[in-house]
Amino acid sequence: MTAELVLVADALVRATPLIIAGLAVAWAFRGGVFNIGAEGQLLVGAVAATAVTLLAGNSLGRLTLIPALAAGIIAGAAWAWIAAELKRRFHVLEIISTIMLNFIAIHLVSFLVRGPLQEPTHIYPQTLTFTSSARLPVIIPGTRLHLGFALAIVIAVASSWIFRKTALGFRIRATGASPEAAHTAGLINVERTSMFVFLASGALAGLAGAIEVNGVTFALYENLSPGYGYTAIAVALIAGLNPVGVVFSGIFFGALETGAAALQREFAIPSSLASVVEAALIIAAITVAAIRGRHTLVQSARR
Amino acid sequence: MSALETFLEGTVRTATPLAFASVGEAVVERSGVINIGLEGAIIAGAFGSFVAAGSGSTWVGFAGAAVAGIAVAAVFAFFAIHIRADQIITGTAISLLGLGLTATLYRQMYGAMGAALSIPTMGVTEIPGLSAIPLIGRPLFAQPAITYVLYLLVPCVWWWMFHTRSGLELRATGEDPRAVIAAGISAKKTQILAVLFGGAMGGISGATLVIAQAGTFAEGMSAGRGFIAIAIVVLGRWHPLGVAAAALIFGAASALQYLFQAMGWSLPYQAFLALPYVLTLLGLAGIAGRAVPPASLARWRD
Amino acid sequence: MSETPLALNDITRRFANTVALDSVSLAIHKGKITALLGENGAGKTTLMRIAFGMLQPDSGSISVDDRTVRFTSPADAIAAGIGMVHQQFSLIPAMTVAENVALTGRGQYSLVATKQRLSEIAGKTGLRLNPDAYVAELGSADRQKLEILRTLAHRARVLILDEPTAVLTARDTVELFAQLKSFAHEGGAVVLITHKLADAIEHADEVTVLRRGRSVLTAPMGTVDEPMLIEAMLGAAPPRPTLTAASNDLSRVVASLDHANISLEVRSGEIVGVAALDNAATPILRMLSRRRKVSGSAAMLPAKVGFVPENRRDEALIEDFNLTENVALAGAGSRSGTIDWTGVNDQAEEIISRYHVVASGPSASPASLSGGNQQRFVLGRELIDDPDLIVLENPTQGLDVNAEAFVHSQLRQARDRGAGVIFYSSDLDELIAVSDRVIVVTADGVQSVIPDKNEIGQALLGTRDS
Repeated sequence: MTAELVLVADALVRATPLIIAGLAVAWAFRGGVFNIGAEGQLLVGAVAATAVTLLAGNSLGRLTLIPALAAGIIAGAAWAWIAAELKRRFHVLEIISTIMLNFIAIHLVSFLVRGPLQEPTHIYPQTLTFTSSARLPVIIPGTRLHLGFALAIVIAVASSWIFRKTALGFRIRATGASPEAAHTAGLINVERTSMFVFLASGALAGLAGAIEVNGVTFALYENLSPGYGYTAIAVALIAGLNPVGVVFSGIFFGALETGAAALQREFAIPSSLASVVEAALIIAAITVAAIRGRHTLVQSARR
Repeated sequence: MSALETFLEGTVRTATPLAFASVGEAVVERSGVINIGLEGAIIAGAFGSFVAAGSGSTWVGFAGAAVAGIAVAAVFAFFAIHIRADQIITGTAISLLGLGLTATLYRQMYGAMGAALSIPTMGVTEIPGLSAIPLIGRPLFAQPAITYVLYLLVPCVWWWMFHTRSGLELRATGEDPRAVIAAGISAKKTQILAVLFGGAMGGISGATLVIAQAGTFAEGMSAGRGFIAIAIVVLGRWHPLGVAAAALIFGAASALQYLFQAMGWSLPYQAFLALPYVLTLLGLAGIAGRAVPPASLARWRD
Repeated sequence: MSETPLALNDITRRFANTVALDSVSLAIHKGKITALLGENGAGKTTLMRIAFGMLQPDSGSISVDDRTVRFTSPADAIAAGIGMVHQQFSLIPAMTVAENVALTGRGQYSLVATKQRLSEIAGKTGLRLNPDAYVAELGSADRQKLEILRTLAHRARVLILDEPTAVLTARDTVELFAQLKSFAHEGGAVVLITHKLADAIEHADEVTVLRRGRSVLTAPMGTVDEPMLIEAMLGAAPPRPTLTAASNDLSRVVASLDHANISLEVRSGEIVGVAALDNAATPILRMLSRRRKVSGSAAMLPAKVGFVPENRRDEALIEDFNLTENVALAGAGSRSGTIDWTGVNDQAEEIISRYHVVASGPSASPASLSGGNQQRFVLGRELIDDPDLIVLENPTQGLDVNAEAFVHSQLRQARDRGAGVIFYSSDLDELIAVSDRVIVVTADGVQSVIPDKNEIGQALLGTRDS
């Protein structure tokens, strides 16, 4: 096993939550839903997957993974549903509500790992480590690269197909591009479509969290996510909200962040420089879009 | 101090930086621009004040913070207003930029691990007479001097917004820039100035955290206040007085823990940390239908 | 003061690679109403935007009172005594009348002074509005009035009005021209941008016709007649619409609606014209076209309904989508499974050829089409599967004469093959010319009227004895 391969695998491991959460953002933005809450949805997804995994213990063996990931999906969707319902009923802007929900999720994780879900010795603010049967299988032996990465690619390809070929995907795109025209010219139920997009986006972000705990950290703790949900916005935007593009930009950002961590170790270059680079890339991308005459969020992404 | 006084004092203390940031953002949003990058201006202000105050007085610190906030806002204005890139995305990037850049500079300037340097903080200035009022005297009038600046700022912004020509132009720009242009006014200039003002206020908000409260800088110490301020603007219905009141309510929610502790009630501390966000969501739901944003907020119609 | 308060000399202006104005000159005279005529896209609005400082010419000059000036923004034009009443978008609904007036002003802002000025003008001209009323609460005639008030409040000597009668009822139009005449009589000058020949012939003293960015005719109104103006506008005599009398079997009801105080039927083989003030007919048209839920009432609607909304850009088309995707948009709400893009593409091609849409192909963006071609495309999309009912809102607004004639002929064809057609128009002349019968929709309900301008006007305003 070469050191290079391990490094590449590490970047792909880091890319996995970025790709899946990036797809969550792409789904939302494509459908005109400004879900800035992938971070919170990812965290509650991780919480739910952890709870199910710990609850199952050794009773289900490898099968634990199925209810664990499902729990992550459901929890993420439920967390997004709060924002969706606040918007539908009370016209609360999702940009604001999802950010608030991110903070609440952070405090929820903090509470759980210091309270009900804390490991039995009550020393460390984290849960018990998962048994090996509840861990996602490694797909390249000798590295940390797990099945979640393959799953991310499958979801990206499926998302791409849905947007391009299906009536559902078309409804989502039409609703995102112009809710008025979608309703009037397309007789599309815009409210229902938006709700669906919200839930789908939350479900994907929740899955990203579940895959992270069951594939990488094997436990829940504070700072589980170094802002994956926020970086995911950059990942999706740089990819032009194109699901297959998200795979590449996710890998790029994964490499950037692992590289930055290495640079900090080796050369004391602050790893926070990575977010400066991310910000610069987002700005560069939207500037190009704006110069081409695309000024709205959905337009900016459709380059 | 009684428990209630401690609670009220905590309310005002927490509300002060939020009120600076959200009054500034209210002006920005009245011009039809939403600056999600406010978080970036706050953290830049915190860092700027830390650097500036280290070499001079506390007021130099505030000036440094305002300059830093304006610099961040200028970047936002260039892309979101001049180039007309999407405001939400630009703002998100600017937040990221502010957080990343300050962390990087801090580590470069003060060592990789960022030794906890502290600067002299701004002490409490008691206002004679007023601070002797029972119950509310000390919470309101035994505060750092910057809090009194806020007390003056809020009514000034209110008067300016509703009783001057530039205030009228600001509000009109937020409703419909095309109408403003047709009336012979530069909507772009109005928006840029509003954003720069918002940046200065964001910077001062960050400086308040450093100079009047923490006495040091920490990475990410803005802790989402920029986003909370944006919610506060909605809760305050884009009105300077309403926004100040909403900031106080938010401050009270955050300070509730002092009251609970005094009462001997115990709840996990995370519940107190999460409470303000929960209350904000409930508040936003509660004012549904009554909060009408400026008509062209976050979009520019040709 | 000079006799020529405003003159535009040899103005040329290009946009990207098109010449919008080619060396156009226009002199505005004191005491006169000058009509600026031309089809859509002829350059009328561009010329006036230059006169008002909203655009700068590539070459040519502007003179005020025979002195050459440069307007870098509307502020300069306002200071020079020029006021413009825009076609749309220049009032702020969330603000009061007085605030809207003050917005155009300069110097110290004072609501009290503004109100004083307003009552001064009201005393002089009879133009009166409540200064504290919110613009959102005003009807279109009052908004028009406010636009004029505002220019007068800032002492405009030249008044430019862009299609001022487009949104006015017959009675309000009469009142508007009376006001304009008195403004001119007192030494003002008026420029009337319009594509309505009748308004120009009846009220203007002088006329200039633009065609494709060139000035093709300038004359005192007394020396020209309607055929001359039409020829100047279009370059050739336009095709006369053939008015075939409806000889269809009207026994089949294709749609009916009983909702609150509304009761109406549309039959196979008829064109029903709807007259209404502002948006009074919108709910009915939206219910008929299945765009709005019909709550607690009886409705019989056909399965296939075509709908052409007034706001094409926002409601009928998605500019980020190409034409093929815009074809797929129709019926997107009820489709399931995958989309046969090859089939949709063929359909888009068929619409383009059958409805004579000038477009580079099915992958063109609707934004690259002219207004007339956008409407041909939308109409084609809604008609191509032969719906039983076609509902249209102001289908010819903003279209040139040829596109308008095309829309009318399509409506007649649809009727003649047995569809029911119902359309709203704010232009009473159009309603009378195209409809087989006319109904008036007001807050009181629906009533049938004989197709006569006065009858319709009275029914709209509730002054008719019933």
